[in-house]
Amino acid sequence: MTGLWTLFYKELLRFWKVSLQTVLSPLVTTLLYLLIFSHVLAAHVQVYPGVGYTSFLIPGLVMMAMLQNAYANSSSSLIQSKMAGNIVFLLLPPLAYWEFFAAYVAAAVVRGLVVGIGVGLAGLWFAPMAVVHPLWLVLFALAGCAMLGMLGIITALWAASYDQMAAVQNFLIMPLTFLSGVFYSIHSLPPFWQALSRYNPFFYMIDGFRYGFFGMSDVSPALGLSIVGGCCLALSLTTLALLKSGYKLRN
Amino acid sequence: MTPALEIHEVHKRFGRLHALRGVNLAVEQGEFFALLGPNGAGKTTLINILAGLSRATQGRCEVMGHDVVADYRNARRSLGVVPQELVYDAFFTVREMLRFQSGYFGIRRNDAWIDELLHHLALTDKADTPTRTLSGGMKRRVLVAQALVHKPPVIVLDEPTAGVDVELRQNLWEFIRRLNRDGHTIVLTTHYLDEAETLCRRVAMLKQGQVVALDTTRNLLSAHAATQVRLQLDPHRLPDALRPLLAGEAAGFFNLVLDDYAALEGVLTTLREANVAVTELEVAKPDLETVFLQLMGKTT
Ligand SMILES: Nc1ncnc2c1ncn2[C@@H]1O[C@H](COP(=O)(O)OP(=O)(O)O)[C@@H](O)[C@H]1O
Ligand SMILES: [Mg+2]
Repeated sequence: MTGLWTLFYKELLRFWKVSLQTVLSPLVTTLLYLLIFSHVLAAHVQVYPGVGYTSFLIPGLVMMAMLQNAYANSSSSLIQSKMAGNIVFLLLPPLAYWEFFAAYVAAAVVRGLVVGIGVGLAGLWFAPMAVVHPLWLVLFALAGCAMLGMLGIITALWAASYDQMAAVQNFLIMPLTFLSGVFYSIHSLPPFWQALSRYNPFFYMIDGFRYGFFGMSDVSPALGLSIVGGCCLALSLTTLALLKSGYKLRN
Repeated sequence: MTPALEIHEVHKRFGRLHALRGVNLAVEQGEFFALLGPNGAGKTTLINILAGLSRATQGRCEVMGHDVVADYRNARRSLGVVPQELVYDAFFTVREMLRFQSGYFGIRRNDAWIDELLHHLALTDKADTPTRTLSGGMKRRVLVAQALVHKPPVIVLDEPTAGVDVELRQNLWEFIRRLNRDGHTIVLTTHYLDEAETLCRRVAMLKQGQVVALDTTRNLLSAHAATQVRLQLDPHRLPDALRPLLAGEAAGFFNLVLDDYAALEGVLTTLREANVAVTELEVAKPDLETVFLQLMGKTT
């Protein structure tokens, strides 16, 4: 287990050494969203009875920040190691593929949570927040971060350049996050987009996470967690299989 | 005794490129062994397969008796590899890198050995320097230290002295020689054939993915190296009969390549019969470079 712990620690240290860029900058960006959207829309939108728009927005933004940062952590670390060639330092030692997996996913979860907690605490300054179901909240946060950590690993394994990496980020991850109901409830969408949203796993993460805060959601949290959990399982198996086969790492 | 390295009928294809074509090689424990060959011969590819960085298309390899695929954990524990590429992790200092590398090998507290490595590789004052700010030669030595954190019985160095200046190169070899005396098996590739000649007891020469020579350095030198003779003649004229032996002319000397010393008799006789006097004669000692060029020139 020493190998696993060392790799986990190294991954934490990696993002912590550049925390200005990896923690503070996403924190500021998210708070800007909060400031602008809550200011513009607070008077016009009421999603759940008794919940102000700013309060509604905060959990969505927290989850979005967590997902993006979990993804950024594993994907950028791995692609940088691949491009710089220092990935050999991980390939030469007797690390097992599952240790590699566990360390990268765990570090992605930690980065996601650090940024998420930061955004959440800062959000308190904008609107009062209460947590109705803390357990659901934690489960959705962990599952969401883990899932994006795995997606980050898969993308970085596949990508042969920073360009391909950015393409996945911009054309898949960003749209999926933005179209997941961070800024609105999907019930306010036209039927076609509402139906489409139900195929977006990110929607269930944000919806379920919000349930943790308000006890209200668009779909039942149990259904949401089953879907997110199912995606997590499928992605874990895929990532583990890729790492085990040495896909694009051990040619 | 289990061989340190055993390479059995290894093939590697990259698409249509057949980079290794049935390599067979065994290196005994305690040997100081050189793997030579021109660029693109397949040396790095072979090392990558041994290290598990790449998989053989066919064939198998063992390190200290452990299969590099089936028993990869033990195989990798037994092997320290200094990669050819000057890679480093820009985020971390030298000591951090060495601590991480120890941890990946399952070693928790390794600072005593890390300090010793830093000392021998003249890196002590760079321990807390970020690796990205080091010079090329220093980065190379950090790679050597990283390969040794787990005290592997077998050490493979892929062109370890490329870009390292002469003095540091001597220090590095002194250190590696010491490791060899302490019982570590050393395998190296290098472009400086004089290094291989003085350091290595045994040599394999690789050409286009095949082993074309495998013997002790001494045997290779005596069996393959032609004797070179430099002659100054009066008059300055080489009889036609000797033209086929001519390898070149320089500074008023004719360079002749002879199969062996005995052939010198015939040359002198021919010269005497042609009434050409020898004013100066030098016999050059055969070296590994000559053997190398000879073997690489030969079509297989
Ligand atoms: N990843 C790779 N993909 C395709 N071809 C490769 C790859 N690695 C090495 N080669 C080719 O295999 C041959 C052997 O290369 P290499 O082992 O690096 O030679 P050496 O180390 O002896 O200079 C070369 O023709 C090289 O271009
Ligand atoms: Mg090479």
